[in-house]
Amino acid sequence: MKKIKISQILFALGAIMLLLLFLSPIWSITLTAPQYPNGISMYIWINKITGDTESTLQNINILNHYIGMNFIEPDSIKELTYFPYVIISMSILGLIIAFIKKGWLKVSWVVIMIILAIAGIYDFYLWEYNYGHNLSPHAPIKIPDMVYQPPLFGEKMLLNFKSESYPYIGSLWFGLSIVFGLLSYIFYRKERKNVQ
Amino acid sequence: MKNTLFTIIIISAIIFGCSKKQENAQGAMASGDAAQKVYVAPGNYDEFYAFMSGGFSGQVSVYGLPSGRLFKVIPVFSVDAEKSYGFNEETKPLLETSFGFIPWDDAHHPELSQTEGVPDGRWLFINGNNTPRIARIDLSLFETVEIIEIPNSSGNHSSPFTTENTEYIVAGTRFSVPFPQKDVPIGDTKFDGTLSFIKVGKDGKMEIAFQILVPGFDYDLAHSGKGKSHGWVFFTCYNTEQKNTLKEVNASQNDKDFIAAVNWKKAEEYLKQGKAKEYPVSYKHNWLDEKSQVAKSEEIKTVKVLTPADCPGLIYYLPTPKSPHGVDVDPTGEYIVGAGKLSADMAVHSFDKLLKAIENKDFEKTINGIPVIKFDKVVAGMVTKTGLGPLHTEFDGKGYAYTSFFITSEIVKWKLGTWEVVDRIPTYYSIGHLMIPGGDSKKPWGKYVVALNKITKDRYLPTGPELAQSAQLIDISGDKMKLLLDFPTVGEPHYAQALPAELVKPKSKQFFNLKDNNHPYKTLSENETKVVRQGNVVRVYMTMIRSHFSPDNIEGIQVGDNVYFHVTNLEQDFDVPHGFAVLGATNAELLIMPGQTETFYWNPKKVGIYPFYCSDFCSALHQEMQGYIRVSPKGANVPLKWWVGEPSAKK
Repeated sequence: MKKIKISQILFALGAIMLLLLFLSPIWSITLTAPQYPNGISMYIWINKITGDTESTLQNINILNHYIGMNFIEPDSIKELTYFPYVIISMSILGLIIAFIKKGWLKVSWVVIMIILAIAGIYDFYLWEYNYGHNLSPHAPIKIPDMVYQPPLFGEKMLLNFKSESYPYIGSLWFGLSIVFGLLSYIFYRKERKNVQ
Repeated sequence: MKNTLFTIIIISAIIFGCSKKQENAQGAMASGDAAQKVYVAPGNYDEFYAFMSGGFSGQVSVYGLPSGRLFKVIPVFSVDAEKSYGFNEETKPLLETSFGFIPWDDAHHPELSQTEGVPDGRWLFINGNNTPRIARIDLSLFETVEIIEIPNSSGNHSSPFTTENTEYIVAGTRFSVPFPQKDVPIGDTKFDGTLSFIKVGKDGKMEIAFQILVPGFDYDLAHSGKGKSHGWVFFTCYNTEQKNTLKEVNASQNDKDFIAAVNWKKAEEYLKQGKAKEYPVSYKHNWLDEKSQVAKSEEIKTVKVLTPADCPGLIYYLPTPKSPHGVDVDPTGEYIVGAGKLSADMAVHSFDKLLKAIENKDFEKTINGIPVIKFDKVVAGMVTKTGLGPLHTEFDGKGYAYTSFFITSEIVKWKLGTWEVVDRIPTYYSIGHLMIPGGDSKKPWGKYVVALNKITKDRYLPTGPELAQSAQLIDISGDKMKLLLDFPTVGEPHYAQALPAELVKPKSKQFFNLKDNNHPYKTLSENETKVVRQGNVVRVYMTMIRSHFSPDNIEGIQVGDNVYFHVTNLEQDFDVPHGFAVLGATNAELLIMPGQTETFYWNPKKVGIYPFYCSDFCSALHQEMQGYIRVSPKGANVPLKWWVGEPSAKK
């Protein structure tokens, strides 16, 4: 009977942790204005976009239509359909790799995760860019040279709204998943040395 | 001479200047202290909600205390064009009575629902005095949701005071009338009175459980027992002389009139035993369906009536000096204060003594089967050397009572049990009711008393012959009462009620969920909007959202059509109502809350293009929120068409 190693536990935990992305949003964008003292928050999940209430998206869309922004319709965002499969696949792959005694497999998994994170953030940036720049020529309110791209990270004034964009709990799980992968690799190296 | 005059001027200027300065300083200090106590900083909330009857305005106004700021006027018995109350098809049934649609009443006594003798913030009841009715306001909506008519009644003044757990609210006849109504000479005919008990369901729905047929005195006010006296309701009555003319003299002859003590638990037993007789009547019960937000009006045709002669122990008369007005029960339920408005002294009855007197049959006589208890066997004490014209008493929960005196225009504070007067403060002018938050309940929040004055005179900037009514906020947290604030009120506030804001604020609805909208003519999205003709009835299924109507162009309406605009506000956010108004329409605007559907009836009489628009400033493009209706001659062959955006986008 082989003893389960710490490296294996860590790697498996990291892989399972990825599934927590289905339980909490990855990113949040909060808009505050004098008329909205408590702010309106939008949450980006791996598979959906939600708000503080059921009607938040409708309310944001109503505000956006004055300046000619496209309606945010989660159903039309294709990433929300295939990202969940990527996450589930990485989680399953991680669980398998956890119990295979190959260091390079672990490293590769971590590298893919980092690439996914960067790609995801870049995709989010493009999405924000598109919403902020792609304005209807028939918008009731047109301000020359004004674009409405929310910040990727941090705060920015968009007309009367202060827009704040920050990672949410989901990002923490993703980050920790990478950290656990790396820790697992370090332990894996130690365990190998001990055996030799 | 010149010099002397100069000197005099200088000296008097100095004296006058100094004394003026001193006065100012004192004034500033005194008012500064008061100002601090009523100052609610911008953006902060008041500690109490106060609900004041609008009297002859037929409405209820909602104030914050201690600031005295007006938040809302809730239409109850009177139509309100601003809110389309009584004008839109949804609320019209609320104002139906057995006499037809009535656009007005005289609203007197707001009464908060209670649980275990304490206001609970669920509902507010208020009586209509002229055409006897009781209305229920839902405190999550601050809107009237139910009105029940009281049959066999007139002058519904002693109403709607609640029992400890809002088992019942009551009604009584201040104007006696024949029972049942009939054509008789007025002369010296002795009319009848009824005391009605209205059962309140768990959902708030009212139902007349029974009436008690009583001698036709003028039943003036009421309050329920609490704690040990729970199960009893006390009604004052005057005109025990039963005169029908020049009552100011003829109804003021007897030295003592009565407080009627009704044992409603006993009444329940008699009901079970089948002692009640069913009488044919016709009255209306109207309520707003919660899901559809559409009111219904139902006719009810019988009522159960108990006669005291058949029901021993149901009701007793407590002799009380002289033409008593208010009857108020202290927080323990032991003392029943009868304010004899034409007497110099006030009688306080004891509930324990009442029970004992009943047990010992200490009766001086019986009127129509109602035993009259011997005065000295029920009275606990007299409050003497008070003032003139005592009307109402409220309690602070610390052993003190506060009585309003109309004639001497003051509030007198006195101690329960010892009956000694401990403080008094003038009111400006001629106070009627007074109100301490929870001051008629088991647990008063005894921080303030509000004086509800009958006469205003010079308290505010004049506004022609008709003046605002005047309320005054008085601090009662210390030994001495201190006047803090004057503020004008709407209509004539009779009674008022107040409770801590925290009991109401958290459940205040922000908007109606569109998913729960069950209106028969709702339109839940722009794709479902349509215009349907059936003969000369045209129904427009319209939606509104910032900042357009759908449809906003309609053709094919004809002169004489009965057009119903069923307008749904698709917004799902707090504080985004939209209005709807049509050129030349002879009713009022609609003011539609998010998620709600309201119906506007229109009967165009002339050919033309009729603009309609949003009448509540909703957004940056509010001014653009408008549309057109084309009205063609009767029988014209203009097809029914409607659209929003491009005419080609017509559905």
